[in-house]
Amino acid sequence: MFTVLFFQLSDNINQIIKLQPVLKFNGGGHINHSIFWEVLSPNGGGEPTGDLMHIITRDFGSFDRMKEELTNVTVAIQGSGWGWLGYNPNSFRLRVAALPNQDPLQPTTGLIPLFGIDVWEHAYYLQYKNVRPDYVKAIWNIVNWNAVSERLAAAKQCS
Amino acid sequence: MLSAVSASVAESILPKTGALGTLVARLKHTLPDLPYDYNALEPYISADIMKLHHQKHHQTYVNNLNAAEEQLAEAMHKDNINQIIKLQPVLKFNGGGHINHSIFWEVLSPNGGGEPTGDLMHIITRDFGSFDRMKEELTNVTVAIQGSGWGWLGYNPNSFRLRVAALPNQDPLQPTTGLIPLFGIDVWEHAYYLQYKNVRPDYVKAIWNIVNWNAVSERLAAAKQCS
Repeated sequence: MFTVLFFQLSDNINQIIKLQPVLKFNGGGHINHSIFWEVLSPNGGGEPTGDLMHIITRDFGSFDRMKEELTNVTVAIQGSGWGWLGYNPNSFRLRVAALPNQDPLQPTTGLIPLFGIDVWEHAYYLQYKNVRPDYVKAIWNIVNWNAVSERLAAAKQCS
Repeated sequence: MLSAVSASVAESILPKTGALGTLVARLKHTLPDLPYDYNALEPYISADIMKLHHQKHHQTYVNNLNAAEEQLAEAMHKDNINQIIKLQPVLKFNGGGHINHSIFWEVLSPNGGGEPTGDLMHIITRDFGSFDRMKEELTNVTVAIQGSGWGWLGYNPNSFRLRVAALPNQDPLQPTTGLIPLFGIDVWEHAYYLQYKNVRPDYVKAIWNIVNWNAVSERLAAAKQCS
């Protein structure tokens, strides 16, 4: 009886472990895309204001420097992935990060995602073909800085 | 016999040093021509895809590989180990991209499809049970790739067995796994999205209609000679 239970238990653990990549991939995909739709807007673009602009200037030197770093890191991703502007809740600093596939920012790096750029080919190929840099350049016209500011405020409250 | 591309890749990875210790100009990698027209693989792979895939994606790997090798030569000349190491991912990505796509064009054909014959069919049956089982395994493994990558039918030169493998991004089969690539399926979205959109399984199902079994058989024969 005990050996039967033990066998079933270890069998479940095998299955739990087997499911982890599926959970990360699809869970990450759901998390990432849910954020993505919110941080884009037809009324977006331009530059942020208030606390977000202040903290960007403090941590990158200027808005343009942050934009350049996030752009370069994102374009350079090999294969599928996302570029992120994230908030480190321990050091209270903004950081740029790139992650492969659908790896979600917070569980993977600890950074809280503020703004992300999807560079899986499906995000741009029909329109931009292989020219990923044009797509990443264009996306700055639709960044929803209000939503990004709200995400920063929420992240600060949790840290 | 190895393809000319493989030979030139192998040849130009190492810097050539002249008698005085100066680096001699190396051969640059070039984009191989397709063995058929851009529309030849229709209706299974559209001409639009083939054009972009060959003229943009593969060409970019070639260009970036050449640039990376120049930087590598300079870094080695200056004994800059940090820079040598920094270049490794760039070399793997673009070198792998060049290797993989060069194989890909050769193992597809407008006259392809059906089933292999001869030694290749024999060894497939021996190692998978049947051709359909091999096809099913390679299909499933390839469709299941998370993100960008390639599915491969490869030959293990130590055990003399065929194996199916999936690799991410442009990781090349032989350096990464030791398996010699016989047939590969590119499942980067650029390989199918314009035609199949997100329905990767339809693309992978369709590609079996254009497998160039003659070329795959030649690759097997060459692999056997090297093992």
